[in-house]
Amino acid sequence: MSTIGTGYDLSVTTFSPDGRVFQIEYATKAVDNSGTVVGVRCKDGVVLGVEKLISSKMLLEGSNRRIHAINRHAGMALAGLAADGRQIVTRARTEAANYLSFYGEDVPIKELSNRVAHYSHLCTLYWWLRPFGSSSIIGGYDIDGPQLYTIDPSGVAYRYYGAAIGKGRQAAKTEIEKLRLAQMTCREGVMAVAKIIYGVHDESKDKSFELEMSWVCDESKREHQRIPSDLLMEAKAMARDAQEDDLDAF
Amino acid sequence: MRWEEEGMKQNAFIMGNKLMGSSPHVFSLIMPSIPITHTQTPYVTGTSVLGIKYKDGVLIAADTAGSYGSTTRYKSVERLRPIGQNTLVGATGEMSDFQTILQILDRLIITNAMFDDDNTLGPPDIHSYLNRVMYNQRNKLDPFWNTLVLGGVKNGVKYLGNVTMLGLHYVDDHVATGFGIHLAQPIFRNEWNEDMTLEQGTKLLEKCMLVLFYRDRSAINKMQIANITEDGVKISEPYALQTKWDYEAFSNPTVGNEGSW
Repeated sequence: MSTIGTGYDLSVTTFSPDGRVFQIEYATKAVDNSGTVVGVRCKDGVVLGVEKLISSKMLLEGSNRRIHAINRHAGMALAGLAADGRQIVTRARTEAANYLSFYGEDVPIKELSNRVAHYSHLCTLYWWLRPFGSSSIIGGYDIDGPQLYTIDPSGVAYRYYGAAIGKGRQAAKTEIEKLRLAQMTCREGVMAVAKIIYGVHDESKDKSFELEMSWVCDESKREHQRIPSDLLMEAKAMARDAQEDDLDAF
Repeated sequence: MRWEEEGMKQNAFIMGNKLMGSSPHVFSLIMPSIPITHTQTPYVTGTSVLGIKYKDGVLIAADTAGSYGSTTRYKSVERLRPIGQNTLVGATGEMSDFQTILQILDRLIITNAMFDDDNTLGPPDIHSYLNRVMYNQRNKLDPFWNTLVLGGVKNGVKYLGNVTMLGLHYVDDHVATGFGIHLAQPIFRNEWNEDMTLEQGTKLLEKCMLVLFYRDRSAINKMQIANITEDGVKISEPYALQTKWDYEAFSNPTVGNEGSW
């Protein structure tokens, strides 16, 4: 449902009469039009998955990474404008490095998310800056266990058990709510995330996509890394079979 | 070279006043006073590090002493550290500088890991990087007061090298730092060969560490040996060597010369 804020939407430093800042809402629309990004927090770690929409068959598989490592123990998956996302990743990496060199320990995920949110919010305060057109899902594992945060263009960070942003987020959220995350291991989480992303991908609207996934869990020694390729292949195969089963059900 | 800042300000003030009196234009003629020198002497130091290549990889040994001048101040200093998956660094000299170097290397490893492209830094890469770090620091006339031994195995290639505080670096089949150069390297030259097994290599290193314990006053009888193979880095728990002190001459020092000491 799109609303037009005629006259009040020209600058991020202008409120509308009903208390909205339209520029930020428009920035969120950029996120809503991008490929789905899903994150789940399982009992032993966090799994992130991205539906990377492929715009051209000439693109090399594995290029245009959407999930980035922030420090050893945290990763960030991006939705929205890719270049804006890259800027946020750079800032998050700098913040994590500064925290480590200043305090001597890895940045807690909550603190990292707060700092990224702070940075996103910064760009909504001045008329000569525009808000970032990208949201990020941060998954990390620190002394308080595995955690999942989402940061949107307005600069708020929320902590989630399961989160989805982008095109298919409504359908994805419904699927995530069905999962019993507190009892799932990350291996099962990988299968579930792959299934969800294959499920929300709209074959009619977008041609093809590449599934990119990463995790931070006990199995990866609490380090953020891409899913091992054999597990990824298994997850993709299982997700594809599940889709065919659903189609057959019709 | 870093110059004492306080001295600079004082001199600037004096120069400004002397030359210009009460003129509104006080240009600052900054005359440096004295160069700082407190970073050019080491305080807590580690003694020799020894390294040899053997059949399956590289062995590096060091004791766990941190001396404060002539006092053995710290007896559990880990002077051997793994860097990444394939490399080990051992340090002689100022321990605080070694800790800084470890932080620099940590940053290097994390930054490289974040590229997430299945490419990791191996021993030659870290050797080259360390050399740059040491040389550049030396060029500021403020060196990291360390000699570093670097060893590892990656893709079947065994690597062992040294970097000194001046930024001199080289690779060899066996290396030593500090007193080890004078006491251990000659033994290596006589007794090292390319196909030593793990047991033979360990024995050779232990023999040299024993010599160092007997003769180097900053060495203690508590050492660690690191074994780096294709499978990774394994650093042993600290252990002690068997020493022999019950020589005839030690128990009866005045035999044949009663009354002397």
